[in-house]
Amino acid sequence: MISVPDRTWPAPEPNPETKPYWEAAAEGRLLIRRCAACGRAHHYPRALCPFCFSDRTEWLAASGNGTLYSFSVMQRAPVPYAIAYVTLEEGPAMMSNLVDCDFDTIRIGMKVRAIFKPTEGGLKLPMFTPA
Amino acid sequence: MTIRGKAYIAGAFEHPLRKAPEKSVAQLHAECAKGALEDAGLGKDDVDGYFCAGDAPGMGPLSMADYMNLRLRHVDSTDTGGSSYLVHVAHAAEAIALGKCSVALITLAGRPRSEGMATGTAPRPGNPAQPDIQFEYPYGPTIVNMYAMCAMRHMYQYGTTSEQLAWIKVAASHHAQHNPHAMLRDVVTVKEVLDSPIVASPLHRLDCCVISDGGGALVVVAPEVMKSLGRPRVKLLGAGEAPKGQLGGDIDLIFSGARWSGPRAFAEAGVTPADIQYASIYDSFTITVLMQIEDLGFCEKGQGGRFVADGNLISGTGTLPFNTDGGGLCNNHPANRGGMTKVIEAVRQLRGEAHPAVQVKNCALALAQGTGGSLGTRHGSATLILERE
Repeated sequence: MISVPDRTWPAPEPNPETKPYWEAAAEGRLLIRRCAACGRAHHYPRALCPFCFSDRTEWLAASGNGTLYSFSVMQRAPVPYAIAYVTLEEGPAMMSNLVDCDFDTIRIGMKVRAIFKPTEGGLKLPMFTPA
Repeated sequence: MTIRGKAYIAGAFEHPLRKAPEKSVAQLHAECAKGALEDAGLGKDDVDGYFCAGDAPGMGPLSMADYMNLRLRHVDSTDTGGSSYLVHVAHAAEAIALGKCSVALITLAGRPRSEGMATGTAPRPGNPAQPDIQFEYPYGPTIVNMYAMCAMRHMYQYGTTSEQLAWIKVAASHHAQHNPHAMLRDVVTVKEVLDSPIVASPLHRLDCCVISDGGGALVVVAPEVMKSLGRPRVKLLGAGEAPKGQLGGDIDLIFSGARWSGPRAFAEAGVTPADIQYASIYDSFTITVLMQIEDLGFCEKGQGGRFVADGNLISGTGTLPFNTDGGGLCNNHPANRGGMTKVIEAVRQLRGEAHPAVQVKNCALALAQGTGGSLGTRHGSATLILERE
């Protein structure tokens, strides 16, 4: 089954803590948050590091390369879609969708890369497609 | 300090309705309260502690306490989703042990079936201030596809199969045939589960619990109150609770918070999984049961598929009789929150009041396990160990 192009995605609602993430995504760049104190990257991005609780966190440009951790094809939906967790090259995993692929070929462990899809509100969402 | 032996479950009541379009949610809460108090042999004015979760109508416990006109000295509206009611039992025991109340009433009610709620299949927009929501909601997370991702990963990592998951539903259906109130009373086969439509791969429709109206209530009391009642004594031996989330991005979908809440409860109770004669295990989906069985130590992590297969959860033939009321998979999942009914059936088993066809012989030690929220994102786990005195 091919993912249907007319699926629409609701817009995220950024807040002061997350605005740079969505501004970058709108320009086709994936950011993640890394802690300058302990050196670890995390997701979703926070002002305070979820590992060491330092407030010295900073934005880092992610490569957009990742590995599929898990997925599910939501069949009971107006337009079926593939939800997923992708483990990023930088360490953390993020929720996303797998798009522009045959859902029957999706396999855990496959290499994926980030692409960006417009939402109903104009912002873009990071998604993934087979690398 | 321990709650071991400090509190008893004196009253338990499961609302008989599974569809209640003619009743209000507050009314259902109160009907459950009345049923549990009558079961205990207590009156409304004996209640001095009240517990409900965040879904109860009104602000926390305030509206329901006012509706029932309770005079209270202790309230608690901890909300950990469907596991809230197991947490409430533990918190009630803590409050009783500290002398903060002596008769604690816990209620749950709701009408998702009458209201036509797409419980598992529609993304829920939530509150924009919820910190995770903007990173998840746009992608279409639903209850079922989040649990489906746990199942998919479990299959990948351990070779668990859809057939093995189906056995969990088959066992529940064997029990539900004896429950006149159960929504689904027909015994099903593994093939019927696998032939039911996929909702979110790899989960089929029959891997999912029912959506039902109704509710339930419990009355937790101090030892001196229990002694005065002349009812079978169900003593709380141990309790554990543990929220689990995405671990900062180190996501691991193959285990639940039961990995942490279970050992805490077993340690407090001073018993081991091998001692448990009956287990109520939260069954929002078949995979939910399998993961919790592993996490509680009934088998090794990854061996859950083999453990549940071939009827091992069926009372009378299997080694771990579970959810003998038919569970959420077949009987009841009131208000989308199944923790309440998990405790209620454990109480029935310990009193010897389960249906004779599913009653565990001389059942003296039982476990009730709940998870609430979503195993795929963030959830609360709670474990109770109960003993017939």
